[in-house]
Amino acid sequence: MRYIRPLSIEDAVGQLAGSAGISAILAGGSDLLVRMKGGFIEPDLIIDIKSIAGLSEIRETADGFSIGAAVPCAVLGEQAALKKAWPGVVEAAKLIGSKQVQGRCTIVGNLCNASPAADSVPALVAAGARAVIAGPAGKRTVAVEAVPIAPGKTSLAKGEIIEAILLDSQAPRSGDAYLRFIPRTEMDIAVVSAGVNLTIDAHGVVTAARVALGAAAPTVLLVEEAAEALIGRKLDEAALERLAKVCAGACRPIDDKRGTIDFRRKVAGVLARRAALTAYARAGGK
Amino acid sequence: MAGIAVSTTINGDHVEYLCQPDEPLLDVLRDRLGLTGAKEGCGTGDCGACSIILDDRLVCSCLVLGAEAEGRRIETIEGMAHGDQLHPLQQKFLEHAALQCGICTPGFLIAAKDLLAKNPDPTEEEIRFGLAGNLCRCTGYDKIVRAVQDAVHVMKGA
Repeated sequence: MRYIRPLSIEDAVGQLAGSAGISAILAGGSDLLVRMKGGFIEPDLIIDIKSIAGLSEIRETADGFSIGAAVPCAVLGEQAALKKAWPGVVEAAKLIGSKQVQGRCTIVGNLCNASPAADSVPALVAAGARAVIAGPAGKRTVAVEAVPIAPGKTSLAKGEIIEAILLDSQAPRSGDAYLRFIPRTEMDIAVVSAGVNLTIDAHGVVTAARVALGAAAPTVLLVEEAAEALIGRKLDEAALERLAKVCAGACRPIDDKRGTIDFRRKVAGVLARRAALTAYARAGGK
Repeated sequence: MAGIAVSTTINGDHVEYLCQPDEPLLDVLRDRLGLTGAKEGCGTGDCGACSIILDDRLVCSCLVLGAEAEGRRIETIEGMAHGDQLHPLQQKFLEHAALQCGICTPGFLIAAKDLLAKNPDPTEEEIRFGLAGNLCRCTGYDKIVRAVQDAVHVMKGA
Protein backbone atom coordinates (compact mmCIF):
# COMPACT_ATOMS: atom_id res chain seq x y z
CA MET A 1 0.00 0.00 0.00
CA ARG A 2 1.21 3.47 -0.90
CA TYR A 3 -0.02 6.86 0.38
CA ILE A 4 0.66 9.93 -1.77
CA ARG A 5 -0.23 13.58 -1.43
CA PRO A 6 -0.02 15.23 -4.87
CA LEU A 7 0.11 19.02 -5.14
CA SER A 8 -1.71 19.36 -8.47
CA ILE A 9 -4.87 17.81 -9.91
CA GLU A 10 -2.89 16.83 -13.03
CA ASP A 11 -0.45 14.86 -10.90
CA ALA A 12 -3.31 13.22 -8.98
CA VAL A 13 -5.07 12.25 -12.22
CA GLY A 14 -1.80 10.92 -13.69
CA GLN A 15 -1.11 8.79 -10.60
CA LEU A 16 -4.69 7.50 -10.52
CA ALA A 17 -4.75 6.73 -14.25
CA GLY A 18 -1.36 5.01 -14.12
CA SER A 19 -2.06 2.89 -11.06
CA ALA A 20 -2.51 -0.84 -11.18
CA GLY A 21 -4.72 -2.48 -8.58
CA ILE A 22 -7.16 -0.72 -6.28
CA SER A 23 -6.85 3.03 -5.83
CA ALA A 24 -8.79 5.25 -3.47
CA ILE A 25 -9.18 9.01 -3.27
CA LEU A 26 -8.87 10.36 0.27
CA ALA A 27 -10.48 13.67 1.20
CA GLY A 28 -12.26 13.46 4.57
CA GLY A 29 -11.84 9.70 4.92
CA SER A 30 -15.12 9.27 6.82
CA ASP A 31 -16.23 6.58 4.36
CA LEU A 32 -12.84 5.31 3.14
CA LEU A 33 -11.23 4.68 6.53
CA VAL A 34 -14.36 2.94 7.82
CA ARG A 35 -14.37 0.68 4.76
CA MET A 36 -10.66 -0.05 5.21
CA LYS A 37 -11.15 -0.82 8.89
CA GLY A 38 -14.02 -3.16 8.07
CA GLY A 39 -11.97 -4.99 5.47
CA PHE A 40 -14.28 -3.98 2.62
CA ILE A 41 -11.47 -2.33 0.67
CA GLU A 42 -7.70 -2.71 0.76
CA PRO A 43 -6.31 -0.05 -1.54
CA ASP A 44 -2.91 -0.42 -3.18
CA LEU A 45 -2.78 3.36 -3.56
CA ILE A 46 -4.34 6.12 -1.43
CA ILE A 47 -4.33 9.53 -3.09
CA ASP A 48 -4.84 12.29 -0.51
CA ILE A 49 -6.21 15.29 -2.45
CA LYS A 50 -6.16 17.82 0.40
CA SER A 51 -2.85 19.43 -0.59
CA ILE A 52 -3.99 20.18 -4.15
CA ALA A 53 -4.22 23.94 -4.62
CA GLY A 54 -7.78 25.26 -4.53
CA LEU A 55 -9.49 22.01 -3.55
CA SER A 56 -9.97 23.14 0.05
CA GLU A 57 -11.69 26.39 -0.91
CA ILE A 58 -15.19 27.64 -1.58
CA ARG A 59 -14.90 30.27 -4.32
CA GLU A 60 -17.57 32.79 -5.25
CA THR A 61 -17.48 33.02 -9.03
CA ALA A 62 -19.31 35.20 -11.56
CA ASP A 63 -21.89 32.40 -11.92
CA GLY A 64 -22.22 31.30 -8.31
CA PHE A 65 -20.14 29.04 -6.10
CA SER A 66 -17.40 26.50 -6.66
CA ILE A 67 -16.98 24.14 -3.70
CA GLY A 68 -13.67 22.27 -3.75
CA ALA A 69 -13.69 18.51 -3.32
CA ALA A 70 -11.71 18.69 -0.05
CA VAL A 71 -13.90 21.27 1.72
CA PRO A 72 -15.32 19.71 4.91
CA CYS A 73 -19.08 20.02 5.38
CA ALA A 74 -18.50 22.04 8.58
CA VAL A 75 -17.03 24.81 6.42
CA LEU A 76 -20.17 24.97 4.25
CA GLY A 77 -22.13 25.94 7.35
CA GLU A 78 -19.65 28.73 8.11
CA GLN A 79 -19.97 30.43 4.71
CA ALA A 80 -22.64 33.12 5.09
CA ALA A 81 -23.07 33.77 1.35
CA LEU A 82 -23.49 30.08 0.53
CA LYS A 83 -25.94 29.58 3.40
CA LYS A 84 -27.98 32.54 2.25
CA ALA A 85 -28.09 31.44 -1.40
CA TRP A 86 -28.53 27.67 -0.86
CA PRO A 87 -29.85 27.01 2.65
CA GLY A 88 -31.24 23.60 1.64
CA VAL A 89 -27.90 22.39 0.32
CA VAL A 90 -26.10 23.56 3.45
CA GLU A 91 -28.73 22.01 5.75
CA ALA A 92 -28.38 18.69 3.95
CA ALA A 93 -24.57 18.75 4.17
CA LYS A 94 -24.78 19.61 7.87
CA LEU A 95 -26.94 16.53 8.54
CA ILE A 96 -24.06 14.17 7.72
CA GLY A 97 -22.63 12.63 10.88
CA SER A 98 -21.47 14.15 14.14
CA LYS A 99 -19.44 17.29 14.71
CA GLN A 100 -16.31 15.15 14.49
CA VAL A 101 -17.41 13.76 11.12
CA GLN A 102 -18.48 17.22 9.92
CA GLY A 103 -14.92 18.41 10.36
CA ARG A 104 -13.77 15.87 7.78
CA CYS A 105 -16.62 14.73 5.49
CA THR A 106 -17.15 16.36 2.09
CA ILE A 107 -20.08 16.67 -0.32
CA VAL A 108 -17.97 15.21 -3.13
CA GLY A 109 -17.18 12.21 -0.94
CA ASN A 110 -20.87 11.89 -0.12
CA LEU A 111 -21.60 11.91 -3.87
CA CYS A 112 -18.82 9.47 -4.85
CA ASN A 113 -19.65 7.04 -2.03
CA ALA A 114 -22.82 6.63 -4.13
CA SER A 115 -25.10 5.63 -1.28
CA PRO A 116 -28.77 6.04 -2.27
CA ALA A 117 -29.28 7.57 1.19
CA ALA A 118 -26.58 10.26 0.87
CA ASP A 119 -28.03 13.40 2.47
CA SER A 120 -26.32 16.11 0.44
CA VAL A 121 -27.05 14.54 -2.95
CA PRO A 122 -30.83 15.12 -3.32
CA ALA A 123 -30.31 18.73 -2.20
CA LEU A 124 -27.54 19.19 -4.78
CA VAL A 125 -29.66 17.60 -7.51
CA ALA A 126 -32.62 19.83 -6.64
CA ALA A 127 -30.26 22.82 -6.77
CA GLY A 128 -29.10 21.84 -10.26
CA ALA A 129 -25.51 21.43 -9.06
CA ARG A 130 -22.82 20.20 -11.45
CA ALA A 131 -19.63 18.26 -10.82
CA VAL A 132 -16.32 19.31 -12.40
CA ILE A 133 -14.42 16.15 -13.29
CA ALA A 134 -10.70 16.15 -14.03
CA GLY A 135 -9.41 13.18 -15.99
CA PRO A 136 -6.67 12.01 -18.36
CA ALA A 137 -8.52 13.61 -21.32
CA GLY A 138 -9.01 16.96 -19.56
CA LYS A 139 -11.94 18.39 -17.69
CA ARG A 140 -15.66 17.87 -18.12
CA THR A 141 -18.70 19.06 -16.22
CA VAL A 142 -21.72 16.85 -15.58
CA ALA A 143 -24.98 17.16 -13.66
CA VAL A 144 -24.62 15.75 -10.14
CA GLU A 145 -27.39 13.19 -10.83
CA ALA A 146 -25.22 11.67 -13.58
CA VAL A 147 -22.50 10.64 -11.09
CA PRO A 148 -24.08 7.80 -9.05
CA ILE A 149 -25.21 4.90 -11.27
CA ALA A 150 -25.87 2.19 -8.65
CA PRO A 151 -25.32 1.78 -4.92
CA GLY A 152 -21.57 2.21 -4.41
CA LYS A 153 -20.90 2.80 -8.12
CA THR A 154 -20.26 6.01 -10.07
CA SER A 155 -19.98 6.93 -13.72
CA LEU A 156 -16.39 8.15 -13.22
CA ALA A 157 -13.92 6.52 -15.63
CA LYS A 158 -10.47 5.31 -14.58
CA GLY A 159 -8.25 8.24 -13.71
CA GLU A 160 -11.13 10.66 -13.15
CA ILE A 161 -11.47 12.75 -9.98
CA ILE A 162 -14.26 15.19 -9.10
CA GLU A 163 -12.46 18.40 -8.18
CA ALA A 164 -15.39 20.69 -7.40
CA ILE A 165 -19.15 21.10 -7.21
CA LEU A 166 -20.63 24.12 -8.98
CA LEU A 167 -23.76 25.84 -7.73
CA ASP A 168 -25.23 28.70 -9.75
CA SER A 169 -26.22 31.94 -8.08
CA GLN A 170 -29.76 31.44 -6.86
CA ALA A 171 -32.29 33.18 -9.15
CA PRO A 172 -34.37 35.98 -7.61
CA ARG A 173 -37.48 34.80 -5.69
CA SER A 174 -36.09 31.29 -5.30
CA GLY A 175 -35.62 28.94 -2.37
CA ASP A 176 -34.45 25.42 -1.64
CA ALA A 177 -34.99 22.97 1.20
CA TYR A 178 -34.07 19.43 2.17
CA LEU A 179 -35.79 17.08 4.63
CA ARG A 180 -35.14 13.50 5.60
CA PHE A 181 -36.89 10.95 7.79
CA ILE A 182 -34.85 9.09 10.40
CA PRO A 183 -36.21 7.07 13.33
CA ARG A 184 -34.26 9.14 15.88
CA THR A 185 -33.68 12.86 16.19
CA GLU A 186 -30.07 13.18 14.97
CA MET A 187 -27.16 11.36 13.40
CA ASP A 188 -28.75 8.57 11.43
CA ILE A 189 -29.01 7.52 7.81
CA ALA A 190 -32.02 8.70 5.82
CA VAL A 191 -34.86 6.20 5.52
CA VAL A 192 -36.19 8.45 2.78
CA SER A 193 -35.54 12.11 1.91
CA ALA A 194 -36.59 14.96 -0.37
CA GLY A 195 -34.94 18.08 -1.78
CA VAL A 196 -36.92 20.85 -3.47
CA ASN A 197 -35.72 23.99 -5.25
CA LEU A 198 -38.20 26.40 -6.77
CA THR A 199 -38.60 29.88 -8.25
CA ILE A 200 -41.77 31.97 -8.11
CA ASP A 201 -42.97 35.09 -9.92
CA ALA A 202 -44.20 38.29 -8.30
CA HIS A 203 -47.65 36.73 -7.83
CA GLY A 204 -46.35 33.64 -6.06
CA VAL A 205 -46.80 31.35 -9.07
CA VAL A 206 -44.07 28.72 -9.39
CA THR A 207 -42.11 29.28 -12.60
CA ALA A 208 -39.36 26.68 -12.17
CA ALA A 209 -38.90 23.70 -9.85
CA ARG A 210 -36.68 20.70 -9.26
CA VAL A 211 -37.66 17.87 -6.92
CA ALA A 212 -35.24 15.11 -5.92
CA LEU A 213 -35.78 12.07 -3.69
CA GLY A 214 -33.14 10.19 -1.70
CA ALA A 215 -33.15 6.58 -0.40
CA ALA A 216 -36.16 6.01 -2.65
CA ALA A 217 -34.39 4.06 -5.42
CA PRO A 218 -30.91 2.61 -6.15
CA THR A 219 -29.75 6.14 -7.01
CA VAL A 220 -31.03 9.64 -6.29
CA LEU A 221 -34.23 10.38 -8.24
CA LEU A 222 -34.86 13.63 -10.07
CA VAL A 223 -38.65 13.58 -10.39
CA GLU A 224 -39.56 15.77 -13.36
CA GLU A 225 -43.25 15.03 -13.11
CA ALA A 226 -43.17 16.34 -9.53
CA ALA A 227 -41.71 19.62 -10.77
CA GLU A 228 -44.46 19.78 -13.40
CA ALA A 229 -47.04 19.40 -10.63
CA LEU A 230 -45.80 22.69 -9.16
CA ILE A 231 -44.94 24.80 -12.20
CA GLY A 232 -47.60 27.30 -13.27
CA ARG A 233 -49.43 27.13 -9.95
CA LYS A 234 -49.30 28.66 -6.54
CA LEU A 235 -48.46 26.18 -3.82
CA ASP A 236 -52.13 25.46 -3.14
CA GLU A 237 -53.51 22.27 -1.60
CA ALA A 238 -54.21 20.71 -5.00
CA ALA A 239 -50.63 21.28 -6.18
CA LEU A 240 -49.21 19.86 -2.94
CA GLU A 241 -51.49 16.82 -3.13
CA ARG A 242 -50.38 16.18 -6.69
CA LEU A 243 -46.70 16.64 -5.70
CA ALA A 244 -47.01 14.10 -2.88
CA LYS A 245 -48.84 11.61 -5.09
CA VAL A 246 -46.30 11.87 -7.91
CA CYS A 247 -43.36 11.51 -5.51
CA ALA A 248 -44.90 8.46 -3.84
CA GLY A 249 -45.42 6.92 -7.25
CA ALA A 250 -41.90 7.68 -8.47
CA CYS A 251 -40.21 5.78 -5.61
CA ARG A 252 -38.67 2.36 -6.22
CA PRO A 253 -37.57 1.79 -2.62
CA ILE A 254 -36.21 -1.24 -0.84
CA ASP A 255 -38.16 -3.01 1.89
CA ASP A 256 -36.11 -3.43 5.06
CA LYS A 257 -36.26 -3.14 8.82
CA ARG A 258 -35.80 0.62 8.64
CA GLY A 259 -38.82 1.15 6.44
CA THR A 260 -41.25 -0.81 4.31
CA ILE A 261 -41.90 0.05 0.67
CA ASP A 262 -45.32 1.50 1.52
CA PHE A 263 -43.88 3.56 4.36
CA ARG A 264 -41.09 4.97 2.23
CA ARG A 265 -43.50 5.87 -0.57
CA LYS A 266 -45.86 7.65 1.77
CA VAL A 267 -43.11 9.52 3.62
CA ALA A 268 -41.43 10.56 0.35
CA GLY A 269 -44.64 12.38 -0.54
CA VAL A 270 -44.97 13.95 2.90
CA LEU A 271 -41.35 15.17 2.90
CA ALA A 272 -41.56 16.54 -0.66
CA ARG A 273 -44.66 18.46 0.34
CA ARG A 274 -43.05 19.90 3.49
CA ALA A 275 -39.79 20.71 1.70
CA ALA A 276 -41.77 22.47 -1.04
CA LEU A 277 -43.55 24.61 1.56
CA THR A 278 -40.22 25.60 3.16
CA ALA A 279 -38.64 26.32 -0.24
CA TYR A 280 -41.69 28.38 -1.21
CA ALA A 281 -41.48 30.45 1.99
CA ARG A 282 -37.75 30.98 1.40
CA ALA A 283 -38.54 32.20 -2.11
CA GLY A 284 -40.77 34.82 -0.51
CA GLY A 285 -44.05 33.07 -1.32
CA LYS A 286 -46.98 33.47 1.05
CA MET B 1 8.98 -1.72 6.07
CA ALA B 2 10.37 1.70 6.83
CA GLY B 3 7.15 3.69 6.70
CA ILE B 4 6.24 7.27 5.96
CA ALA B 5 8.18 10.00 7.76
CA VAL B 6 5.81 12.56 9.28
CA SER B 7 6.69 15.87 10.90
CA THR B 8 3.90 17.50 12.87
CA THR B 9 3.02 19.54 15.96
CA ILE B 10 1.31 17.92 18.96
CA ASN B 11 0.26 20.06 21.92
CA GLY B 12 2.75 22.71 20.82
CA ASP B 13 5.70 20.32 20.52
CA HIS B 14 7.41 19.44 17.27
CA VAL B 15 7.08 15.67 16.78
CA GLU B 16 8.44 13.32 14.13
CA TYR B 17 7.42 9.71 13.58
CA LEU B 18 7.30 6.93 11.03
CA CYS B 19 3.98 5.27 10.22
CA GLN B 20 2.43 2.84 7.77
CA PRO B 21 0.17 4.20 4.96
CA ASP B 22 -2.99 2.65 6.41
CA GLU B 23 -2.21 3.42 10.06
CA PRO B 24 -4.82 5.59 11.79
CA LEU B 25 -3.54 8.64 13.63
CA LEU B 26 -5.14 7.19 16.78
CA ASP B 27 -2.78 4.19 16.61
CA VAL B 28 0.20 6.50 16.01
CA LEU B 29 -0.71 8.58 19.07
CA ARG B 30 -1.27 5.59 21.33
CA ASP B 31 1.19 2.96 20.13
CA ARG B 32 4.07 4.97 18.71
CA LEU B 33 4.01 8.17 20.76
CA GLY B 34 2.69 6.88 24.10
CA LEU B 35 -0.17 9.42 24.10
CA THR B 36 -2.83 7.02 25.38
CA GLY B 37 -5.41 9.60 26.42
CA ALA B 38 -7.39 9.25 23.19
CA LYS B 39 -9.26 5.93 23.36
CA GLU B 40 -10.44 3.50 20.72
CA GLY B 41 -14.11 2.87 21.37
CA CYS B 42 -15.38 1.87 17.96
CA GLY B 43 -12.63 2.69 15.47
CA THR B 44 -15.23 3.82 12.93
CA GLY B 45 -16.03 7.41 13.92
CA ASP B 46 -19.22 6.64 15.84
CA CYS B 47 -18.27 7.07 19.51
CA GLY B 48 -15.94 10.10 19.73
CA ALA B 49 -13.64 8.53 22.37
CA CYS B 50 -10.62 9.23 20.12
CA SER B 51 -11.52 12.92 19.58
CA ILE B 52 -8.64 15.32 18.96
CA ILE B 53 -8.42 18.82 17.53
CA LEU B 54 -6.69 18.94 14.14
CA ASP B 55 -5.97 22.47 12.86
CA ASP B 56 -8.79 23.86 15.02
CA ARG B 57 -11.31 21.20 13.87
CA LEU B 58 -12.71 18.53 16.15
CA VAL B 59 -12.15 15.14 14.49
CA CYS B 60 -12.05 11.45 15.34
CA SER B 61 -8.40 10.41 15.22
CA CYS B 62 -9.50 6.91 14.15
CA LEU B 63 -10.76 8.47 10.90
CA VAL B 64 -7.49 10.30 10.12
CA LEU B 65 -4.40 8.57 8.77
CA GLY B 66 -1.15 9.16 10.62
CA ALA B 67 0.37 10.20 7.29
CA GLU B 68 -2.18 13.03 6.96
CA ALA B 69 -0.79 14.83 10.02
CA GLU B 70 2.24 16.11 8.10
CA GLY B 71 2.60 19.84 8.75
CA ARG B 72 -0.63 20.01 10.77
CA ARG B 73 -1.33 21.05 14.34
CA ILE B 74 -2.77 18.49 16.74
CA GLU B 75 -4.24 19.03 20.21
CA THR B 76 -4.88 16.00 22.43
CA ILE B 77 -6.14 15.53 25.97
CA GLU B 78 -2.51 15.38 27.16
CA GLY B 79 -2.17 19.10 26.36
CA MET B 80 -5.28 20.20 28.23
CA ALA B 81 -3.94 20.71 31.76
CA HIS B 82 -1.07 23.10 32.47
CA GLY B 83 1.28 21.09 34.64
CA ASP B 84 -0.65 20.24 37.79
CA GLN B 85 -3.32 22.81 37.05
CA LEU B 86 -6.37 21.21 35.51
CA HIS B 87 -8.37 22.93 32.76
CA PRO B 88 -11.69 24.23 34.22
CA LEU B 89 -13.54 21.55 32.23
CA GLN B 90 -11.40 18.81 33.79
CA GLN B 91 -11.91 20.29 37.27
CA LYS B 92 -15.68 20.48 36.80
CA PHE B 93 -15.90 16.93 35.43
CA LEU B 94 -14.28 15.81 38.70
CA GLU B 95 -16.51 17.98 40.91
CA HIS B 96 -19.71 16.88 39.17
CA ALA B 97 -18.65 13.22 38.93
CA ALA B 98 -19.25 13.50 35.21
CA LEU B 99 -17.55 10.17 34.58
CA GLN B 100 -17.72 6.62 35.77
CA CYS B 101 -15.56 4.21 33.79
CA GLY B 102 -13.73 7.12 32.14
CA ILE B 103 -13.17 5.68 28.67
CA CYS B 104 -15.24 8.39 26.98
CA THR B 105 -13.97 11.22 29.19
CA PRO B 106 -10.93 12.41 27.20
CA GLY B 107 -13.11 12.61 24.08
CA PHE B 108 -15.82 14.53 25.92
CA LEU B 109 -13.27 16.96 27.36
CA ILE B 110 -11.71 17.64 23.96
CA ALA B 111 -15.13 18.01 22.31
CA ALA B 112 -16.25 20.37 25.10
CA LYS B 113 -13.03 22.39 24.78
CA ASP B 114 -13.61 22.73 21.03
CA LEU B 115 -17.24 23.70 21.62
CA LEU B 116 -16.35 26.44 24.12
CA ALA B 117 -13.54 27.77 21.90
CA LYS B 118 -16.14 28.41 19.17
CA ASN B 119 -19.10 29.23 21.40
CA PRO B 120 -18.01 30.46 24.87
CA ASP B 121 -21.57 30.75 26.20
CA PRO B 122 -23.61 27.84 24.80
CA THR B 123 -27.18 27.03 25.77
CA GLU B 124 -27.92 23.59 27.20
CA GLU B 125 -29.27 22.58 23.79
CA GLU B 126 -26.07 23.76 22.09
CA ILE B 127 -23.99 21.78 24.59
CA ARG B 128 -26.04 18.65 23.96
CA PHE B 129 -25.75 19.12 20.18
CA GLY B 130 -22.04 19.94 20.46
CA LEU B 131 -21.35 16.73 22.39
CA ALA B 132 -23.68 14.50 20.36
CA GLY B 133 -20.73 12.88 18.61
CA ASN B 134 -19.47 11.47 21.91
CA LEU B 135 -21.09 8.41 23.42
CA CYS B 136 -21.14 7.61 27.16
CA ARG B 137 -22.70 4.39 28.43
CA CYS B 138 -22.34 5.21 32.13
CA THR B 139 -23.45 8.68 33.10
CA GLY B 140 -26.66 9.25 31.18
CA TYR B 141 -25.04 12.49 29.99
CA ASP B 142 -26.75 14.77 32.48
CA LYS B 143 -23.73 15.17 34.77
CA ILE B 144 -21.54 15.84 31.76
CA VAL B 145 -23.83 18.63 30.60
CA ARG B 146 -23.96 20.12 34.13
CA ALA B 147 -20.16 19.99 34.37
CA VAL B 148 -19.77 21.83 31.08
CA GLN B 149 -22.34 24.44 32.14
CA ASP B 150 -20.46 24.99 35.39
CA ALA B 151 -17.14 25.26 33.52
CA VAL B 152 -18.70 27.89 31.24
CA HIS B 153 -19.66 29.82 34.36
CA VAL B 154 -16.12 29.65 35.76
CA MET B 155 -14.45 30.47 32.44
CA LYS B 156 -16.71 33.50 31.88
CA GLY B 157 -15.71 34.83 35.30
CA ALA B 158 -12.02 34.31 34.61
